[in-house]
Amino acid sequence: MTAASGRAPRDWRGALDWVAVHSIGIALGLMFTLPIVFVLLTAVMPDEQAFTADLWPREWRWGNFVEVFERAPLLTYLGNSMLYALLATAGMLLSSIPAAYALAKLRWRGRDAVFLLVVGAMMLPPQVVAVPLYDAWSGLGLTGTLWPLVVPYFLFDAFSVFLLRQFMLTIPQSYVDAARVDGCTEFQAMLRVVVPMARPGIAATALFCFLYTWNDYFGPLLYTSERPDEWTLSLALSSFKGMHHVQWNLAMAVTLLTMLPAVVLFVLAQRSFVRGITFTGVKG
Amino acid sequence: MTARRRLTVLALLAPAVLGFAAFFGYPLVATVVFSFTRYDLINPPEWIGLANYEYMLGDELFARAVGNTLWFVVVLTATRVVFALGVASVIARLKSGVGLVRTLCYLPSLAPPVAATLVFFLVLRPNEGPVDTFLGWLGVQGPLWFADPAWAKPGIAAVVLWVSGDLMIIVLAAILDVPREQYEAAELDGAGPLRRWWHITLPSISPVLLFGVVNSIILALQLFTQAVVAGSAASGSADVTGSTKDLGFPENSTLTFPVWLYAQGFRYFDMGYAAAMATVLFAVSFLATALLVQRMRRATHQEEGA
Repeated sequence: MTAASGRAPRDWRGALDWVAVHSIGIALGLMFTLPIVFVLLTAVMPDEQAFTADLWPREWRWGNFVEVFERAPLLTYLGNSMLYALLATAGMLLSSIPAAYALAKLRWRGRDAVFLLVVGAMMLPPQVVAVPLYDAWSGLGLTGTLWPLVVPYFLFDAFSVFLLRQFMLTIPQSYVDAARVDGCTEFQAMLRVVVPMARPGIAATALFCFLYTWNDYFGPLLYTSERPDEWTLSLALSSFKGMHHVQWNLAMAVTLLTMLPAVVLFVLAQRSFVRGITFTGVKG
Repeated sequence: MTARRRLTVLALLAPAVLGFAAFFGYPLVATVVFSFTRYDLINPPEWIGLANYEYMLGDELFARAVGNTLWFVVVLTATRVVFALGVASVIARLKSGVGLVRTLCYLPSLAPPVAATLVFFLVLRPNEGPVDTFLGWLGVQGPLWFADPAWAKPGIAAVVLWVSGDLMIIVLAAILDVPREQYEAAELDGAGPLRRWWHITLPSISPVLLFGVVNSIILALQLFTQAVVAGSAASGSADVTGSTKDLGFPENSTLTFPVWLYAQGFRYFDMGYAAAMATVLFAVSFLATALLVQRMRRATHQEEGA
């Protein structure tokens, strides 16, 4: 990466600099990792040890991760979270890819203004529109279900449209023009030329959408808090200790379980994450 | 633009237009209308003019919520941007282990906010938790964190910083994008690492830092989950559906603007007052968004001009 990369430092100042920078690097890595280590240590402790001054497990109880499934209907919560996240992501792909294509690859009057509306919607705190939306969903008799959470993604998700547009802008217009010259309709040009080329961007957008919905707390709290059968994992976790009268070690085990999908997805698709996250800022 | 072309655009955008109208257009207008009414979700809304806004001026907890959210806007904006810049600057200078450190710093930002808050509930446990134990070794009496009105907000800020790896990645990418030649030229002129950072890195990445500022303001204005979870965990009630006493625990120090809005609308079912608060929140976040949009527009014009 740098001219000195891989070579031994040339003088004592360089050596000192190297040591300083790497010490800080190690310290940073530890700072971000240690909280998780403490949670893991607590999760495998015996019941009576959790949340005492004794931070190292006296006995390693890996069975705690199984026990939590017996203590609470975790599989129901897990299923609800999966349903919400997967349906929302599928719906988002159906609705956002065409919208992003129209904003990135077609020229039409009012395009810039529409794009500004997308950015505005993306920045809007969800609490601003919560009252009329709750009112409307309750009028339809659909509060207490996952529908109010999932349906919007089949029509419009501002962040995904924004991110997909940013990706599609990087695809040279000449490819789209060539497809048109060859007699493709816009739909064909989108599906056969732009979508395959935008695959990394689409993957990153899908990942973010899945994680956002998986992590969501406000939405499930608003619409499903009265109906424990419909709770997602995040919502259940927020009241896990109180609801099920379990020990902190088990609550920490559930905490780790809710983080697991993100870690698995990250390990599988690290490049998509980093590319995607870069796109939200640099080009935005 | 032919009629056919226009039809294509319309077809591609149809779901989005419908969705925008249903989930943004309508509720935005309706929020403002509801804010002039008394409405409990059961009886039809009753027009009461500006009464909700007048009530707001005398509502002590509203003032408290505004104060708490302003605290987060100031503290989170400053610390997130400085923290992301600092961490990214260190990572950019690492000669080995860049990928590993970057991954370790980024991973926590994927954690669900509920989980991240509970992680810190453990780490910042009063007296016996890891952080207070460590402070004890240094001879410092650690604070009670989420149980102390003076330390609950800093505790929540710590949670948010821990999950700010995404901003750090953005800043890091911008730093790595700065052309090498600029550094080499400065090095030939005898500029040390700090001066190169100050005179080359910082000016080059200023647009990304502005993004970080706006992004942090928006994030702070919306701060809800961490405050609710920290409050209910520390109060010992940890119950989503039950009482309201845990919101803002301890002593309303974590009662942010969205939390008070939520309590009014969805626990007391005072939808009119909640809508009035939502209208205020809308006005404020609109200003923050306008700042970003203005900057983006300038960038777009430059792109098109090139």
